[in-house]
Amino acid sequence: MEIVEHYLYTKEHEWINMEDGTGTVGITEYAQSTLGDITFVELPNVDAEVEQFEPLTSIESVKSASDIFSPMSGRVVEINDELSEDPGLINRSCYDKGWIAKVEISDMDESSNLMTAAEYGSYLESLEREGEAEGDE
Amino acid sequence: MSTGSLHRTSLYDAHVALGAKMVPFAGWDMALQYPAGILKEHEANRKGCSIFDCSHMGEFLIEGDAVASGLDRIVTQSIVDQPVGTCRYGMALNDAGGTIDDLIVYRLSSEKWMVVVNASNIDKDAAHFRRSLASGVMFKDVSFQTAKLDVQGPLSRDVLKALVPGIEKLDHYTFGIFCVLGEDVIVSRTGYTGELGYEIYYPWDKAEKLWNVVMDDKRVYPTGLGVRDVLRIEVCYPLYGHELSEAITPVEAGLKRFVDMNKIFIGKEALVVRQQVPSRRIIHFISDSRRAPRQGHQISLNDGTVVGEVVSGTFSPALGLGVGIGFIKKEFTGTVKDIIFGEEKLRLGAQTAARPFYKTGSLKN
Repeated sequence: MEIVEHYLYTKEHEWINMEDGTGTVGITEYAQSTLGDITFVELPNVDAEVEQFEPLTSIESVKSASDIFSPMSGRVVEINDELSEDPGLINRSCYDKGWIAKVEISDMDESSNLMTAAEYGSYLESLEREGEAEGDE
Repeated sequence: MSTGSLHRTSLYDAHVALGAKMVPFAGWDMALQYPAGILKEHEANRKGCSIFDCSHMGEFLIEGDAVASGLDRIVTQSIVDQPVGTCRYGMALNDAGGTIDDLIVYRLSSEKWMVVVNASNIDKDAAHFRRSLASGVMFKDVSFQTAKLDVQGPLSRDVLKALVPGIEKLDHYTFGIFCVLGEDVIVSRTGYTGELGYEIYYPWDKAEKLWNVVMDDKRVYPTGLGVRDVLRIEVCYPLYGHELSEAITPVEAGLKRFVDMNKIFIGKEALVVRQQVPSRRIIHFISDSRRAPRQGHQISLNDGTVVGEVVSGTFSPALGLGVGIGFIKKEFTGTVKDIIFGEEKLRLGAQTAARPFYKTGSLKN
């Protein structure tokens, strides 16, 4: 499962790439492959205030709908308009072209609540082990 | 969730080898989707050819005269005048007129029948049949000996014609006995997607060979239960547990044309009474956006009055919009056209529509 080295991650499988006080937010390879073909992305409003781990937006795939949570608190400064026409961009390029929103971060200290790529990798492995254990019951 | 007790079809290993996402469904560990994804699987079915493993479904064999055996009383359609070699879709009802299951009756000969039922209802249906058939009538539940492969899509006839010589002669809702890879088996022109398609009933332990031969044709894509639900919603076919249940009559579910009120069947008396004051009515609706209704969403009017609930919903790849099926409560008798669906924080617009949502399927080609 692809993980980008310098991004930070949430347990709900969002990523954030922070540069100069602004964080670009998207969902991980694990999230997009679990959701399957994404058919709709509700884009947040520019200027909306978001809280860490609170809903930022929601995404629908053919068979389900899921909330996307913001990895950091802040103010939405840009949204990825291309997703309105082409939500499948997230499936094809979840770490790059399929970014969802950019957030002007209000409290950099909150990043200590996020996982590094290595930590997220171990977290995914632990989820997989749990899944296998369930399968063996 | 324990998966240890789930049944597996004889194609389980084949699905896993293809990278299918397996999920529990009706007590079975079934392929939900393959790595290509539901949208690609949808396109394969609507434009090309797709294959489903539906071995989980139930098959009963019955021998006896249509009426004297009691079989005609069990189903809502008349089977007395059903020609040999044809299929008839109908329901079995409980005494209260609710639906025990929807099913297809195959007339194998003047006194031999196969009945195909939903996987989730096999045991319940078998008990109902045994109880309701006349004593001494041969009844066999062959569900676990019978695999079922559904080959569906506008190219399905082309794909199968070498493997099933003579398949071209099958009209919609007819079947024949064909020699397929050395086995004499039932092949019917039936399906659950609104496209031209066939269902092949095959010996359980030999089904993998048939699957592999069909899959060798590069036009054929494996398709799972995920897209199967999308496809059936697009053509507004009912799914037991959603549009039909022990509480819901076929008339309430909009399936009156599969109920022959000129014959005797179990549940008819109650149905006659309930028809006067239906407990609910079905609606089909198209979302104003790509956002899809989901089972359990409320249906309300623009003024906020809650009038019903969604029982099936999905994004429709064919329409590029969300589509849904729901029931309107009996208390609300007015016309329903513009509606709102969703939950507390989500209120989305939709309009009722004539069924089916997807009108250009190859079903009758």
